[in-house]
Amino acid sequence: MDAEVLHLYELMVRSRFFEELTKVLWEDGLIPGELHLGIGTEAAIAGVVSNLIDGDAIASDHRSTPEFIMRGVNPSSILLEMMGHPGEESLCAGLGGHMHLFSKEYLMATSGIVGASLPGAVGFALAAKYKKTDNIAVSFSGEGSYNQGHALESLNLASTLQLPVLFVCKDNGWSITSKSSDFTGGNLVQRANGFGIDGISLNGLDVEEVYNAIQVIIPRIRKNKKPYFLHVLVTHREGHFTTDPLLNPKDTLKKYGASITKSFLTPKGANLGKRIKSVGTILSSLMEFRKQVKSKNDPLYITRRKHQELAQEFDEVDQNIHREIKKILERTLEIYGGKSK
Amino acid sequence: MKRMNFDEAIENAIIQAMLEDDRIIIMGEDVHTNRSALVARFSDRIFPTPISEASFLGAGITAAMAGLKPIVELWMIDFICVAFDAIVNHATKVYDFSGKRWGVPLVIRAPCGGGLGDGGQHEQILYGSIASIPGIKILLPSNPADAGGLMLAALQEKHPVIFLEHKLLSEQLLYYLGGSGRNTVKFDVPENGIEGEVPDHWVPLEIGKLKVLKEGTDLTMVSAGVAVHRCMDAAIELEKQNISAEILDLRTIVPLDIDNIAASVQKTGKILIVDEDYKQFGLSGEIAASLLERKLNFTYQRIGTETTIPFSPQLEVKTLPSVEKIVSMSQFLFYGSH
Repeated sequence: MDAEVLHLYELMVRSRFFEELTKVLWEDGLIPGELHLGIGTEAAIAGVVSNLIDGDAIASDHRSTPEFIMRGVNPSSILLEMMGHPGEESLCAGLGGHMHLFSKEYLMATSGIVGASLPGAVGFALAAKYKKTDNIAVSFSGEGSYNQGHALESLNLASTLQLPVLFVCKDNGWSITSKSSDFTGGNLVQRANGFGIDGISLNGLDVEEVYNAIQVIIPRIRKNKKPYFLHVLVTHREGHFTTDPLLNPKDTLKKYGASITKSFLTPKGANLGKRIKSVGTILSSLMEFRKQVKSKNDPLYITRRKHQELAQEFDEVDQNIHREIKKILERTLEIYGGKSK
Repeated sequence: MKRMNFDEAIENAIIQAMLEDDRIIIMGEDVHTNRSALVARFSDRIFPTPISEASFLGAGITAAMAGLKPIVELWMIDFICVAFDAIVNHATKVYDFSGKRWGVPLVIRAPCGGGLGDGGQHEQILYGSIASIPGIKILLPSNPADAGGLMLAALQEKHPVIFLEHKLLSEQLLYYLGGSGRNTVKFDVPENGIEGEVPDHWVPLEIGKLKVLKEGTDLTMVSAGVAVHRCMDAAIELEKQNISAEILDLRTIVPLDIDNIAASVQKTGKILIVDEDYKQFGLSGEIAASLLERKLNFTYQRIGTETTIPFSPQLEVKTLPSVEKIVSMSQFLFYGSH
């Protein structure tokens, strides 16, 4: 079991260090556009991806870097893609960018359209079943995506066509800047059950909990050719994207607080009671968001705390991955021809 | 007159309209965050929705039919594709299907356009694809005064309107989506578009009327949104080469002000269309056809987006309309060679 824990920890650390690096490069202006980080999802992704075999497909969303790294796609090619390098060495020749990563070799496709990973996985699974392979398809998307029509239609399609799909719902509690509990009717596992799909809800911050469950779930999908719904609770410490107004409540209030206050105090409009309630809602969502940042919600921290006897081994993994990521950065910048601060 | 940012002007015009007309409501994704000042003042007239474009856009149509005036907001016009049925088969059809007895006074507000390094799924402008469907008006202002005046006009319409808001003109969108909170990136933001003079009290602008931004004698440039500012910059270059460009800011894509385009082309005999949307099967072809139907004599060139917009900033800049391209194409139009 120690070997397994260390392997899972290594997958998580590789993804974490890689994404921490992309955050720095983004801040340095070397990565353009929006940047959606998967920090906080590593345990859930590692628990699933470590149970995949060659030929299994993944359809994912705008926050897909962890699964690309953990599946073994060349990290330098991902980094160059995220930096928009227009060359052969980039995963998608600089045309896709971090929200639109594609690897034909690994059967991995992504989309920045919310919910699009569900129909994506259904089609991959249809092809796997038609070709009479034992392969499955995994869809990764957030809980917010389960309010999209095409997502719900895909649950029904996978159920009625009896397709080997694992629907992974990464529930970080936030649909962009909206608190998901305010926008989700009922319970998502029960929603999947309503389509005739079995499902379970797990603590997605505990890699062993996910890994152990998936060791039973995935072979069942392969054998029975039936979809399964996995709901995992995760966090997104880095916000919806790196410019999420909820990330820096102080800055956001500084930037927009004056106009909110002015608007609040301007006569004509709703009555005072309604206004106080509305402003209260804005403030409480800003503050509530910060709860995610605590280290007890960090999947790496949780693993280390559970296995204190492996502290030294964990440290070694950290050091090795750190060196590995440093080399990737050096190689990448050489190709990119740029300099980082 | 006072000065305002582009997004401030829109919000200001909406406030004026909301105070005068309590049928106006706002619904859409994250409107509690993006319109927090309106939430603080109008509270329960703002309806945040889940990420369910097909549903809330479809619902906006019948809410409008039932007597409300919804402003339905999308994060980006690219996402209207998820709800395209609501536009193509419903919003644009109800009036005709009902024997012209039932209108849909709906305003769809959506950021659009490229130049932020966000890739081909988050940078499209798509007005051409939507414009081919009869029954919907499409507005694309290039400056704060037009933005406020057109928003007010949209809110007085009896039929569906799409109000497009170019991301490079909106300080708020540049901050959220472009990440200009970091000081390490620069965008090619038109300074006359992002901020400018606005009237003290908003008056609705006439929908379907272009504006002559600069008079000229040698060639007519037609464009809208951010592309208008690229044309203005190109015109300065062209003046140095003794080419005098007349620049028309369409302001509304539908209805297209073909009368005034024709009048300018009759004067100059040359037209260059600078279109941020896809070149093929769109605005640029539509203008050419409409002018030919009037049997006008003119020479013609166009600049448009021909491929998926690349993520890579250095490729993106070559794909979208640029001052360089406009100057080069104008020379070609004027001299018959580059």
